[in-house]
This record gives sequence, C-alpha cells and structure tokens, in this order.
Amino acid sequence: MNPIYASRRRRDFVVRTLCFVAAAFGVSWLGLILFTLFYNGLAGMSWQLFTQNTPPPGASEGGLLNALIGSIIMTVIGVGVGAPIGMFAGTYLAEYGKHDRLAPVIRFINDILLSAPSIIIGLFIYGAIVVPMGGFSALAGSLALAVIVIPVVVRTTEDMLNLVPNSLREAASALGLPRSLVIKRIAYRAARAGLITGVLLATARVAGETAPLLFTALSNQFFSLDLTNPVANLPVTINNFVQSPYAYWKQLAWSAALLITLAVLALNIGARLLGSERTAK
Amino acid sequence: MPLHSLLDGYETVSAIPNMVFCETQDKGVGVTDIAVHSSAMESAGSCDRTRALNAFKLGDRAFYWTTRISAMLVLTLLGGIIISLVVGSWPAIVEFGSSFLTTQRWAPSAEPPVLGALSPVYGTILTSVIAMMIAIPAGIGIAIFLTELCPLWARPPIGMAIELLAGIPSIIYGMWGFFILGPILANTVQPFFIDLFEGVPILGSIFGGPPSYLSLFNASLILAIMVLPFITAISRDVFATVPPVLKEAAYGVGCTTWEVVRHVVLPYTRVGVIGGAMLALGRALGETMAVTFIIGNSFRISPSIFAPGTTISAAIASEFAESDGLHQSSLMLLGLLLFVLTFFVLAAARLMLLRLEKKAGK
Repeated sequence: MNPIYASRRRRDFVVRTLCFVAAAFGVSWLGLILFTLFYNGLAGMSWQLFTQNTPPPGASEGGLLNALIGSIIMTVIGVGVGAPIGMFAGTYLAEYGKHDRLAPVIRFINDILLSAPSIIIGLFIYGAIVVPMGGFSALAGSLALAVIVIPVVVRTTEDMLNLVPNSLREAASALGLPRSLVIKRIAYRAARAGLITGVLLATARVAGETAPLLFTALSNQFFSLDLTNPVANLPVTINNFVQSPYAYWKQLAWSAALLITLAVLALNIGARLLGSERTAK
Repeated sequence: MPLHSLLDGYETVSAIPNMVFCETQDKGVGVTDIAVHSSAMESAGSCDRTRALNAFKLGDRAFYWTTRISAMLVLTLLGGIIISLVVGSWPAIVEFGSSFLTTQRWAPSAEPPVLGALSPVYGTILTSVIAMMIAIPAGIGIAIFLTELCPLWARPPIGMAIELLAGIPSIIYGMWGFFILGPILANTVQPFFIDLFEGVPILGSIFGGPPSYLSLFNASLILAIMVLPFITAISRDVFATVPPVLKEAAYGVGCTTWEVVRHVVLPYTRVGVIGGAMLALGRALGETMAVTFIIGNSFRISPSIFAPGTTISAAIASEFAESDGLHQSSLMLLGLLLFVLTFFVLAAARLMLLRLEKKAGK
C-alpha cells in the first residue's frame, strides 16, 4: 500500500478511536453518577422519608418531609412568578420587538443572565430583599428562583414563537383579529408544546438550585409553612448534611440527592419527549 | 420552514370556535364583515362594531404594555444586580481599594480585618482553565463522534445521555465528588502524577504531593464533567450547519473522516466552537456547589494543583451566611469581581455566536 495513504489511514484510525473514547468518557460519567446515587440513595428509601421531619443532630431516625414540602412550595412560587414574566417578555421580543431598537439589547442581556452564576443571583436577592425585609425568608428564596426562571422562559418563548409561520399571523389579521388576539389565540396555540417544554426545563433548572438559597431561604430544622421565615428545603438540607459528622444525616443526604435527581431527570426527559412529539408529527 | 409547524398552525385555525361571520346587511353596508364573537360583542347585543373595536383596542394596548414592561424588567434585573452588588461592596472598596486584588491574606477576624481576593481569584481562574483543557477536547471529540462516526440508531440515546449530564443539579456533582470521586482520585490518579513528575523541576512542584481528597485538581475535574455537555451541544449544533455539499465534495476526492473534520468542518465552524467553549468557561467560572465541597476552602496559594484552594463562588457560599460588616462587604466585592469576569466572558461568547448566526443567514 502507498505509504502516504497508509499513514493517512492510521491517523484517521487514531482520531476515530479518540473520539470514541471521548464519547465513552462522557457517557460513563453519567452512568457512574447515577449508579452511585441509586446504590447509596435506595439504601435509605423508606416511608419515613415522606412522613417525618429532618432529625436533630445525632438522632438515628427521621425523614425529609419538611424539606420536601418546602422545596415544592418554593419551586412552585418561583416558577409561578418567573414563568409569566418570562413568557410576556419573550412574547414582546418575538412579536413586537422587530422595530424596537431596545429589543436586541434585551435579548443580549437576557442571554447573559441565562448563564450568570446563580450565586450572584443569591447575593442580589440578599441585598434587594433579605436586608430590607430584615431576615432570611422562604419568599426571598422563591424570588431568587424566579430570577433564574425568567431568562430561561424568555429564551424558549421567543424561539418557539419565532417558529410559528408568519402566514398564520397574516391570515388571522386578515380576518380582522386584533394583534393581541392573534398572539394569544393563534401564536400561543401553535407554539403550545414548545412553551410548556420551556417551563418544564426552567422548573428542572431551579428544582436543584442550591447556591441562591444558601443565604436567602436558609433552611430550617422544623416543619414550617411561614413564607416570611426560613423554610426547610432539599438542596440546602443536602448541603448541611453532607458536611456533617453524623452517618444518618449523610444517609439522608444521599436519599435527598436521589429524589432531586429523579425529579429533575424526569422533568428533563418529559420536556424532551414533549418537544420531539411535536417534531415527529 | 418545518412542515410540522405549518400543520400545527392549520389545526389551530380550525380549532378557533368563536369566530363567526356576521352579516351586516341591515345596516346597509352590503359586505360580509367578520368580527369576533367575544364577550364584548355579546353585551352589545348585535354587531355593535364601535364598542367591540374599542374593547379590542384597549385589550391590545393592555397586552402590549404587559409584554413590554416584562421585557423591560429583564433590563432592570441586570441593573438591580449591578447596583445591589456595588452598594453591598462599597465599604470594602473604600477600605481596601486596589490592594484587595493583590493581597493573599484572608483574615476576617483579625483586628483590623485583612481581606484580599488574590487566592480566590487565582483558584477560580486556575480551576476553570484546567477544566477547559479537559472539557474542550473531550466535548469536541464527542460532537465529532455524534455527527460523523456514530451509527444513526445510537445517536439519540448517546446525545440524550450527554444532555442529561447538563441537567443534573450542581449540588449532586458536589456531593458525588466529595464522597466518591475525591477518594478515588487521591488513591489512583494523584499518586500516579506525583510519582511521574517527582524531581522534574517545574512539573514536580505543579504535581507535588501529598495527595488530598480536597484539591484544586478534583474541583477542576468535576467542573470539566459539568461543562462537557455545553461544549458538546453547541459544537454539535454548529457542525450541523456545515453544508453537506462541502463534506461530500471532500469525501469525494478521497479525504478520510479526520481530514474532512480537520479541513472542512472545523474551519467552517471555528467561531461557533470558540463561542461555545467561552460559554462553557463562563459557566465554569461561576459554578458554586460542585466546587465548594471538594476544593477545601483554603486561602493559601500553593504551587501544587493537588493542594486545597478556594474559588470566589466557594468562598461566598461557605462564608456569606455567617458573615457581617466588612467581611460580608468583602464577600460582596468578590461577587462583583466574579460578575464582571463572567459578564465579559459571556458577552464575548454571545457576540461570537451572534456573528455565526448572521453568517448562517438567519
């Protein structure tokens, strides 16, 4: 065989192998993380987790009830506040932004907020809400989550509305529908699956967020539904328990981690299925 | 235009139940007008166009301003973040000035407190750079594998597995690194490198011992795993923008897969790949929970990457809740530094990706 050709073949083979190794490297991390999570997390799975509150230091029985409820409440409020604002802002960029010179600026700033460090959001909420309100509270934590939700939803809403063909809007306008109804009745409905996907992805993103809660919502050893005071939540509970010397706390941290990961992965997969269902049609 | 969105749209139009045709012969207009059978119309009894149109106008304006104010809120958020960080860090700026950036000592309980950002800034940049050195080749390699080499049936599951890595919350990476990865690395990879470079002048101190569960290197590796999916996802997207005719022409003259990638795909997508890598760098710089557990929170700068260190975000996460006065203000100042740093990296990344979009003729 021609030596030049042989060396090209060899080099090609080496690179192909390296790419294969890279893919195996990436997939094996996911496998490894999921395996250890299930292995350690399932060991602590029991009804106790869902019926009892977090135990005091050194105790050997207790659950995660207060943290679970607190996390759900804060995520729901965060998404409930953030998603509508994000959706309206995304609508503005997609539907009215064509002739507004500010729209590209807003889009650019939004993209930066999308990847801004979440701990900075925590500092912002600390300065803007916690200090004026005079203390840590679940409300502050929820608002920190809302600030993280907004850019995600703005981005997906704009992208999804841009996929709706203009001929639909033109047809609706020609029938005499005013602009707001064209958007609400035509564009939103055509993009519905995409809009829901965006909200699901945003929920998945904030469900496991820890950094912005560390000094906004703090955490709580006890069951509390008072939004103006610290409320227990899963991420911060994990944070506190992992670094503790108590074996039972560490076990609870693994179980909590498994619960969060399962919830987040389920949301992610659900969002993707919804998205692909739409493209498959 | 994708066909599915068209189909979706047509269904939508036919699904609107409350549009009715309204004959206006009795008013002598003589043409078939179209109106919407809304509540405004019902209250007017027959086709009272003026009132209906006014209601529409009002609804239109209300909707426009709702969306517009929401969009402005995004700008306000950025302004609010900058203002609250500057206000919070003002006492530290006044007290330390530019010496904040050059002081290594971090002694919040000293009298008077001495606080310097050198060590966390060093840790932040070092861990991110090492993470990028691992993640960029691996991420691009996976993207090449997924777009050029992988059999078609295996692409969706592998692509999904990589994307799910991006979905796992960072605290899970942190505790996983703390409990599982740290001990493994300290017993295998770290001793290997320490032995390998022992006695070599510079490398010997970079890879100097003793092995440690908590180190800058462990944090870098976790960061690399975390940003890998971002690089892969963006590289994959931009690889897909290469016109097939270019690749086919290269294959047609007998190029190997690697030659096609090296001389056609990568040059065509260079800006996008760099943009994606910078986006990942922005993530790595600000990542908090994954790093906090495994970096060791030590404010001493050590030449070895196997020694404990700290990053800006780890310092804030572990100290902020129990800080006050000048200490807290200094942590705010660290946050401001981090925000400025990531802002520029992310802005550069976005500008590059925008340029690519324009080139693609969007």
